Amino acid sequence: MSDTKKFLYVNRKAPYGTIYALESLEVVLIGAAFEQDVALAFLDDGVFQLTKGQDTAGIGVKNFSPTFRALGDYDVNKLYVERESLEERGLTEDDLQEIMYEDEDDDWAEKPSIRIVSRAEMAEIMAEQDVILSF
Amino acid sequence: MSTLHTVNKSPFETQTLLSCLNHCREGDAVLLIEDGIYGGIEGSALSEIVKESAAGVSLYVLNEDVKARGIDPGRLLGEVSGVDYEGFVDLVTQHDRTQSWL
Repeated sequence: MSDTKKFLYVNRKAPYGTIYALESLEVVLIGAAFEQDVALAFLDDGVFQLTKGQDTAGIGVKNFSPTFRALGDYDVNKLYVERESLEERGLTEDDLQEIMYEDEDDDWAEKPSIRIVSRAEMAEIMAEQDVILSF
Repeated sequence: MSTLHTVNKSPFETQTLLSCLNHCREGDAVLLIEDGIYGGIEGSALSEIVKESAAGVSLYVLNEDVKARGIDPGRLLGEVSGVDYEGFVDLVTQHDRTQSWL
C-alpha cells in the first residue's frame, strides 16, 4: 500500500463570494488523512484566499484563513502561488499571510509553505500530477 | 505525458478558458463542453486570442453541447474538432490526467 499519488488542489476562486474556497480546504483536510503527496495551487482569484488580515465578523461567515496555517501539521506544506496572478491583482507576497511548517527531515526547522512560482512553473507543476482537483 | 483540460464556462462570462490556455503545455488537449463551447466560435471578439493562446494545443468541442445550443458547426474555428461522448471518453484515456477548469 505504498503507491502514493501526487494530488494537486487547484484554487481559482476568491474566498467568501462562493463556497468553493472553503470546500476546497475541507477536501484537502479530508484528503490529508490518506497520506498522499498533496500540494495546493493558488492562481487567478484564488490568490485572494491567502491575504493576511481577513476579518469576517461583519459578514457573518467563518473566517477560514487561519486554517491554512494548520496544514503543515497534516504534512501539507506545498502551497504554490502564481506570481502573475498576484501582480495582476496589485498584490505582492507581503500581502499574504505567513504559513510555516516544521521540516522533520531537517531537525524540525521552520520553513515557509508558500512558494511563489511563475505561470510557466505552475503549468509544469500541473503537468507533474497524478490527480488534479479543481475548485 | 499530456493533460486533457475541460472548460465548461463561456469565455464571455469568465476568464477560465484563457487561464486554462495559458497553463497548457505543448501536446495538451482542451475540450470545450457545456457553455464552454461558445469559446470555439469563429469571428467573435475572443476568437483571435483563443487561436493565439491555443498554439500547440488541440482544441475540441462536445458535439452534443454545440447542437443543443443551436450553433452551426460551420461557425466554429477551423482549429476545433468535434467529438461525441465516446470521443470524450477516448480523449480521457489518451491523456495522463484530466483537469476540469471550473
